[in-house]
This record gives sequence, structure tokens and C-alpha cells, in this order.
Amino acid sequence: MKTLIKAEELKLGYEGQVVSSGISFSINSGDYLCIIGDNGAGKSTLIKAILGLHDPIGGKLSFVHDKKSIGYLPQRSDVRRTFPASVIEVVNSGAVNSLNRHFFLSRADKARALKNLEKMGLSGFERHSFQDLSGGQQQRVLLARALTSAKKILLLDEPVSGLDVHTASELYETIVNLNKEGMTIIMVTHDIHPALNSASHILHLGKKIFFGTREEFFESEAGKEYLKESGHHHHDD
Amino acid sequence: MMIEMFSYAFMQRAIIVGLLVSLCASLLGVSLVLRRFSMIGDGLSHVGFGALAVATVCSLEPLYFTIPVVTVTAILILRISERSKLGADSAIALISSSSLALGVMAISFVKGTNTDINNFLFGSLLAVGKKDAVFSIVLSLIVLLAYVLLYPRLFAITFDEVFARSQGLHANRYTMLLAILSALTIVLGMRMLGSLLISALIIFPCLTSMRVFKTYKAVTISSGVISAICFFTGITLSYSKGTPVGASIVTIHLLVFIAFTIIGALKESGVFAKQK
Repeated sequence: MKTLIKAEELKLGYEGQVVSSGISFSINSGDYLCIIGDNGAGKSTLIKAILGLHDPIGGKLSFVHDKKSIGYLPQRSDVRRTFPASVIEVVNSGAVNSLNRHFFLSRADKARALKNLEKMGLSGFERHSFQDLSGGQQQRVLLARALTSAKKILLLDEPVSGLDVHTASELYETIVNLNKEGMTIIMVTHDIHPALNSASHILHLGKKIFFGTREEFFESEAGKEYLKESGHHHHDD
Repeated sequence: MMIEMFSYAFMQRAIIVGLLVSLCASLLGVSLVLRRFSMIGDGLSHVGFGALAVATVCSLEPLYFTIPVVTVTAILILRISERSKLGADSAIALISSSSLALGVMAISFVKGTNTDINNFLFGSLLAVGKKDAVFSIVLSLIVLLAYVLLYPRLFAITFDEVFARSQGLHANRYTMLLAILSALTIVLGMRMLGSLLISALIIFPCLTSMRVFKTYKAVTISSGVISAICFFTGITLSYSKGTPVGASIVTIHLLVFIAFTIIGALKESGVFAKQK
């Protein structure tokens, strides 16, 4: 297994104010990591650190790949829902990281964007206006944009928040399929389902920091507490 | 009458410079409006007025004095709006009104000069001299070129700044560039179109286009076309009826905005839907 990202004793925070510390984990190629934990436990700060938008104040975060090759799906609330843009314009913008010294997207970039849109089940929607789509469709368009920029890793921030149960489970299925195809997934979530059902690894942030496989997590103190708080009862197999 | 209008050298200059500046303003406007930076244009034009008044009173080369002042203010305003989202509006309002006041003070202290505040505020067709025209044309071509070449990056940043930054784009630098290009455009167009009205050329085309068009490319192209048509109609009106040029153009913009709003509303309600 090839390690893509490795964090050692990471300390996160702003201007001396420590949000979270002692975070260690490693992400291997093909992993499906769920990052869970309470509000204010440092999940969004960790995302910023992984994306290279905010440096950690301590510890070491090392990348095998370039940071900008991570495909990022922001939280729904961070994306403007009433913006004049066509679906393909949004997906194409995922290729800005491969512009390098060029001014315009190459044909290969555009073809990749189109393929990713098809993969998300939205072929034929290229010319549609982004703002006219349903919440689930918008999320798929943004996932296609993330795929267009991703080389190896997708970083998903609360991908299903605000979506209805049916749309959410469809989106989870899509993410599992992407993972099966070899895409490494990092997902920040409030939702216990992907952590319980699909994740290969869990990183729990909060008072008790835990990193390990899913099985290890649900055997641990932190895992049992998390289950109890989420209203799920753990039954031993 | 059209032929007569084109036969004067000052009109030729005014038309070429005005058209280029209108195009620049409308394209930059798409980015500014969508990133909720509309107020910056308004603030900068007032600072432009103040700087222009001071330059005139002190007999300095107007463009050479106004461009640095307005550019520095653009950077300053951006810094302020990055620091505190809430304070930005009031800070810009403060800068605007102070510049206006200082400009008027400067002019009124020097009674002997035949400067006309009216022309500064509302624009004059005679304001574009030969040397200025060349300078304006070169600068606005640079602005247009920069905008076209950076289009994919500017779209990415305008649509979703955090995503763009995660992809390694230095969003702050592009925002700074946007502010500087806007400052240049405002200064170039200000004397002809009036410092009180130049910011309308930034805001109107984009807002008008968004009533009807729903994709970025369509909004961008439509903004450019609208700005050219409104400029041309406005300047013809101004020439034939003797109305102030800036006010004429903005009035046309208002009419087009109303028309597009009605078209947009009809489109929403399905009047133009294809019969099945």
C-alpha cells in the first residue's frame, strides 16, 4: 500500500489558539477515511491544512502528491447557489490546476471534464444552468468538478448535508463506487452511516482522538461513546 | 447626422475611447458584481473625482496623478474588505464622501480656474485630448487582453474562491489585479462619462444580463454587447440633443435593464417555452 498523506502529531489552530493537537494518521492509496467529531473539534481546520490553505501550527503533514491534486468538494453552504454558470463551466473549472503556464484549458482537460460529468450521471446537462438544478444534481456537478481536478484523492466536506435521505444514499453509493475504482476518499461527516457502512478507516477528532480501521474504532472507547451519542446501539457480531 | 458626428476628431476620439472603456468596465463588472464587490467601483470613482480635482488645481497631468492615487486606494479598499466584512461598506462610504469633499474644496479654493465641477461629475465629450486618447486606448487594450487571457482562472475564483485556492490559484493576487484593472478603467472613463456615473458602467451590464442569461459565458458576452450598444446610443443622444454624455448613457442602461427584467420575468413564467 502506498501512503499518500501522513500526519504526525499535528497541532491545528489560529494565531496561537490551539483548536486540536496530537493528530496522527496516514492515508494509503485506495482508503476511505471518514473524519468525524463534534463541532469545533478541528475538522474544518484539518481540511484547510490538507488543502494547503492554512498551515498547521505544529507537527508534520507530508504529501506524496502535490496538494493541488486533491479534488475538493466544499460544504454546500460555501457554494453560491444562484450564480450564472452552466454545468460544464463549473465542471471545467476543476481543471484550473492543470493550466500551469497555459491560459486556456486543453482539449484533453475538457474531455476529462465531460467524462466526469457523464460518470456522475449528468450527461446531456452540459448547457443547463447550475442554479436551476436540484440540490442533489448540484452536488453531483460539484463532485464532477472535484473529480476533474483529482489525481488520486477526493476530499469531501459534508457531502450530503441538506439533501433528502434518498438523494443522500444515492450520493453515498456513487462515492463508494468511486472508491472501488481506486479513488482515495477523505470524507468529513456528521452522518454516522458512511462511517458505519463504507469507511475503511476512521479519524475521530475531539477530546479523545482516535485513528484506525473502522473495526478498531467501533471496538474502542471513543467509538463506543460516538455510537451511543449518535443513538446507535452497538451489537457484537 | 451620424456622418457629421464621426467627422469631428474629438468625437472620433471620444467614441473609440468610450467604447473601449465601456467594454472593460462591463467585463470587469461581471467579476466584481458576482463577487459582491460592486461598491468598490463606486468608491473608486469618487476617489477619482477628488484626485482629478486636486490634479487640475495643482496643474498636474490628470492621468499621471489620478491613476496612482486611485490604484493605491483600490488596494487599500480591498485590504479593508478582507479584514472585516461588516466594516467594508462603511469604510468605502467614508472614503467616497471624503474624496468628494476634498475635491470640491480644492476646486473652490482656486476661484480663478475655469474648471467646471459639473463636467467632472457628469462628464464631457471634450475631455479626451489627443495624448490621453492614445494612452487610454493602449491601457484599455491591456485590460481587455488580461481579462480574456485570465478568463478560466477568473471564472474559477469568482464561482468558488475556496475551491480555486485549494487548486493552487493565488486568489488574492487575482483579486488585487481585478481591483487595479478596475481602478485603471474608472480613471480612463471618468472625465468623459463623469465620476458620479462611471460606476454604473461596471454594475449595469452584468445585472441586466443576469435577468435573462443563466450561464457565465452568456452573461459575459451579453454584458459586453449591452455596454457597447448603450454607449453608442447614449453618445448619439448626447451629441444630437446636447444632453450630458454620462447621464445619457446611464439612462439608456436603465431602460435596457428594465427591458431585460421584463423579458426575464416573461421567460420565467414560460411565455417563451417551446410548444410541445
